[in-house]
Amino acid sequence: MQRETVLNTLVFLALPAVAAIALVLDEPFTITLATRAAILALAAVGLNLALGLGGLVSLGHAVFFGLGGYAMGILASHAQSYAPLDLGLFVIEGTKSMPVIWLTAVVVSALAALLIGLLALRTAGVYFIMITLAFGQMFYYFTISWPAYGGEDGLSIYVRNSFPGLNTLDPIQFFGLVFAVLAIVLFIMGRIERSAFGLALGTARQNAARVETVGLSPFHLRLVAFVISGAVTGLAGALFADLNRFVSPTMFSWQMSGEFIVFIVLGGIGRLFGPVVGACLFVLLEHLLSGVSEFWLIYLGAILLFVVLFARGGVIGALVGRGGHHG
Amino acid sequence: MTTLLLIEQVLNGLQSGIMLFLMAAGLTLIFGVMGLINLAHGSLYMIGAFAAAAVAGATGSFVLALCASLITAAAAGAIIEVGVIRRLYDRDHLDQVLATFALILILSEGTRWAFGSFPLYLDVPAALAGPVTLPGGIRYPAYRLLIIGVGLIIAAGLFLLIARTRIGIQIRAGESDREMIAALGVDISKLYTLIFALGAALAGLAGALVGAIQSVQVGMGEPVLILAFVVIVIGGIGSIKGALVGALLVGLTDTLGGVLLPLALSGVMDASAATSVGSALASMSIYILMAVVLIFRPTGLYGTA
Amino acid sequence: MADPLLEIQAVSKSFGALRATDDVSLTLLPGEIHALIGPNGAGKSTLIQQVAGALVPDTGRILFDGRDVTALGTAERAQAGLGRTFQISALAMENSVLQNAVLGAVGASRRVWRFARSVMRDSDVRSHAEAALNRVGLSDVANMRVGELSHGQRRLLEVAVALTLRPKVFLMDEPMAGLGAEGSARMTGFLDGLRSEAPILLVEHDMDAVFALADRISVLVSGRVIATGTPADIRSNAEVRTAYLGEEGLS
Repeated sequence: MQRETVLNTLVFLALPAVAAIALVLDEPFTITLATRAAILALAAVGLNLALGLGGLVSLGHAVFFGLGGYAMGILASHAQSYAPLDLGLFVIEGTKSMPVIWLTAVVVSALAALLIGLLALRTAGVYFIMITLAFGQMFYYFTISWPAYGGEDGLSIYVRNSFPGLNTLDPIQFFGLVFAVLAIVLFIMGRIERSAFGLALGTARQNAARVETVGLSPFHLRLVAFVISGAVTGLAGALFADLNRFVSPTMFSWQMSGEFIVFIVLGGIGRLFGPVVGACLFVLLEHLLSGVSEFWLIYLGAILLFVVLFARGGVIGALVGRGGHHG
Repeated sequence: MTTLLLIEQVLNGLQSGIMLFLMAAGLTLIFGVMGLINLAHGSLYMIGAFAAAAVAGATGSFVLALCASLITAAAAGAIIEVGVIRRLYDRDHLDQVLATFALILILSEGTRWAFGSFPLYLDVPAALAGPVTLPGGIRYPAYRLLIIGVGLIIAAGLFLLIARTRIGIQIRAGESDREMIAALGVDISKLYTLIFALGAALAGLAGALVGAIQSVQVGMGEPVLILAFVVIVIGGIGSIKGALVGALLVGLTDTLGGVLLPLALSGVMDASAATSVGSALASMSIYILMAVVLIFRPTGLYGTA
Repeated sequence: MADPLLEIQAVSKSFGALRATDDVSLTLLPGEIHALIGPNGAGKSTLIQQVAGALVPDTGRILFDGRDVTALGTAERAQAGLGRTFQISALAMENSVLQNAVLGAVGASRRVWRFARSVMRDSDVRSHAEAALNRVGLSDVANMRVGELSHGQRRLLEVAVALTLRPKVFLMDEPMAGLGAEGSARMTGFLDGLRSEAPILLVEHDMDAVFALADRISVLVSGRVIATGTPADIRSNAEVRTAYLGEEGLS
């Protein structure tokens, strides 16, 4: 694991290093790219708990990403228009405060994950994949056909939301904030992996009967993992919407869910930093290849196919030369 | 709402359900026999539609266009199976999802590269363009009736193929036990290629038939693919009968929900709100249907184990 | 006579036309090893699954420590004090030997909903797991991955994980299977001492071990118990000899 630790540290420090260099060279666009990579990494770090440790191939995590995004969009748009959100039973004031928005995004995504998990986790394997995919599509079409918040066109927020003590409009300060969130979540995920819960969840992936035989319920373990996983991806969605100052149904699209899985596998499945490496690599490829060809997704597809068929350990696996340790 | 309108919508629902069946039948066979989840099935639908549009554009013949969709999609299916898919049979579902996701990227962008981003149009043949009058004075587009008919004939053919023919016996044997069909002296890899190509041909034909009503464009396959997944989850994986019942349920729910829900809600709220709430609810209706089926039958209506 | 800890009452289970378990009743008393033997296909696995909670009987009841557990699932029965080992090892193959034992300790202490603390540094849980590994003689390989263990070592680990649960009853499905003569002898010696801790319902093909260990033996043929009794009773039972033991060549 020694080489992997070194590699993890390097990768992790590469993001702020890129941002710092871009700051010196006065290239705000590069800082934005680094921010985007960090947010996508956060979304995939969330999925990784369910997928890497829990073995739950969710092809619907865009649901939580989108819910986080719309939590931000809806709260901020009501603050922007000074019109409180009237829910009949109670009235909610809009807000431009990131901590409040984040909390909302986390709670809403966790609730959605609980509901979807209760249904989808009754099944396993390929049913689970199809059902999570279908729920993703349900939210996608719902936001398209629901006109109140922009429908298909999405919703623009004119000014980035605020965080106490920071100027979030300054790219490097916003990057710093996002990076701090990513660091904290990675730390928490690392703890969870090593915890009693993490051990039980990882065992449930390898052998559900074993977990039951020691008196634990795989269903409950997986449900809790799915909820935490969804909440983290929801938080990433709120940040992503704030980065773009825009939310639209595409945040719910199934391609988004697919990309999160791609980040994890590209980096190396079953590794804490796999999603970070994968997301950074993806953003880098997207940036480089889209400059080369309008049809850069063909190359991405070919790379992905190669990784799946011939290099299953992903980038970290290739560099440290062994399989994932799975917690 | 008149009875005539209702009947017309029921026919529309049947038509979309039958087309979904053509997609779902291939998916469920491929899963049932080979244990493979194939996200790229939607790409085969798209390939069929593009092949049909290209041939119709060049020759003007709709029949040739349909033949082209069948042949091209089957050929593409066979090539994909031999080149990529057969390496995935022994892999876990995650690898299958990723590899077929990669195939979607390659096939979609490849098609965009070849045909451009603008939609193509595939015209309904002139003889079928108009409406026909059904018993009871219902006027309904002839082409859509033809689609329903073609779909039903194919469904019947598929049931016969599986129930009565040698290949059908091999398919059924393959669903229960791979080693057994090897013991029967069947060349498994040929059988798998054949099943995959058959599923691809059905998807391609559906793409061409639907492409003439809607437009032919990159990305047309994925929404249909996901609907077909919903169909399979409802019907039960591996069951052709389940795919048929599920497809008709989904087709009817989707079509009728879009019409009836706004109408029903207009009684309790003003017209524009009823339209928006109704269509939003309608967009969720099939997923709610799926959730309800899952609560009572986690393995689908006709699923086993 | 003490009350039985485990009582199977007139349990039946059919799959289609096949009656896999046909009106089976048996008891497990404190301090005893009760062996369940029978030819292949007699329905031993189906019965074990019903006792463990993986299958629900069509009719009949299963009482555990005086409580009706027929409707409970596997996890709940484990919590109630049933320690099961599998015929085919059910272990987390990617994890270390110690991690597998620690999971048992986590289950036993109901400390699974802990998210922040490193479980391998939790001294309570860890020492509990290490003690169990020590008892079966696996301390030396505690840090190896299960995937690297020999077949016999995996069997021992199964038993060690069951030990961490401090169960009231052991349910062991062919613990000797695949062990060499030496391994079987060791396992036999170990199980011999274990019965004073908790009684064992033992399914086993190794007749030497069964007759060496069992206080009572039940013979299952075609889903029915055809005889229950001491090893001497069973040896001399004519029906058993024709139905089963004759074919196996009883020593």
